[in-house]
Amino acid sequence: MEIKVLGPGCPKCQATEKNVKETVADSGLDVQVDKVTDLMEIARYGVFGTPAVVVDGEVKSVGKIPEKQEIMTWIEK
Amino acid sequence: MSQDCCAPEGNVMILACSGGSNVGQLSNQAAVELTQEGFGKMYCLAGIGGHLSGFVQSAKDIPQMVAIDGCSVGCAKAILDHAEVPIKNYLVVTDVGIENNHDFDLKKEEVQRIKEAVRDACDRDQPGLPKAATGACGCCG
Repeated sequence: MEIKVLGPGCPKCQATEKNVKETVADSGLDVQVDKVTDLMEIARYGVFGTPAVVVDGEVKSVGKIPEKQEIMTWIEK
Repeated sequence: MSQDCCAPEGNVMILACSGGSNVGQLSNQAAVELTQEGFGKMYCLAGIGGHLSGFVQSAKDIPQMVAIDGCSVGCAKAILDHAEVPIKNYLVVTDVGIENNHDFDLKKEEVQRIKEAVRDACDRDQPGLPKAATGACGCCG
C-alpha cells in the first residue's frame, strides 16, 4: 500500500503527514508514506486544495486534517 | 513555493453547467465572472462526471459550494447525485426567468442576474458569507 500526502508544507499539511505516519505505525502494516510538495505534481490529482491524502492512487481526503480513526479505515480496507 | 496553507476554507466551489444552449453558456460565464470577482472558484464538473477521485473527493469535502444548472434537465445535479456529492446550494438558470434557446450572443444583463441569484442562494443558506472570498489560496493546481 502507498499513501501520498499532498501539500506544500503548511502547518495543516504537516499535521496531516504526522497523523498518517502515526496511524501507519500503530497499524503495524507495510505502508509506504510519501509527502508530495511539488505543486505541479499535486495539480495532477485534481484536488481543490491541500492538504490531501491519496491511498493507492485514490484521493481520500481534501482540504482538511483527517483523524487517525478515519485514516485507519483506509489502511485496513 | 508558498508555505501558506492551501486549505480551501473561504472559497466557494462553483460547479456550473456548460451545455449547448444559451443557459448552459450563461451558467459557465457566470461561474467565470464569480471566480474573477473572488466570490468563489469554478471547478471541474467534468472531472466529477468522470469519477476522478481528486475531483469527487474535493466536491464532497468542500465546506461551501454551489451547483448551477442551465435548465430543469439538471445535468449538473445529476452528475453530483451520481457521484454522491451533497449539493449545498443549487440554482437553475431558467428559474431566474431566462429563456432557454440557442442564442450564444450572451447578454451581460443575464449573466449579472445569474451572479446575483448565485450570491443570494449561497447567502440564504449561509448568512454572512463574504461577497468576496478571503484568505485561502484555493486550488494548488
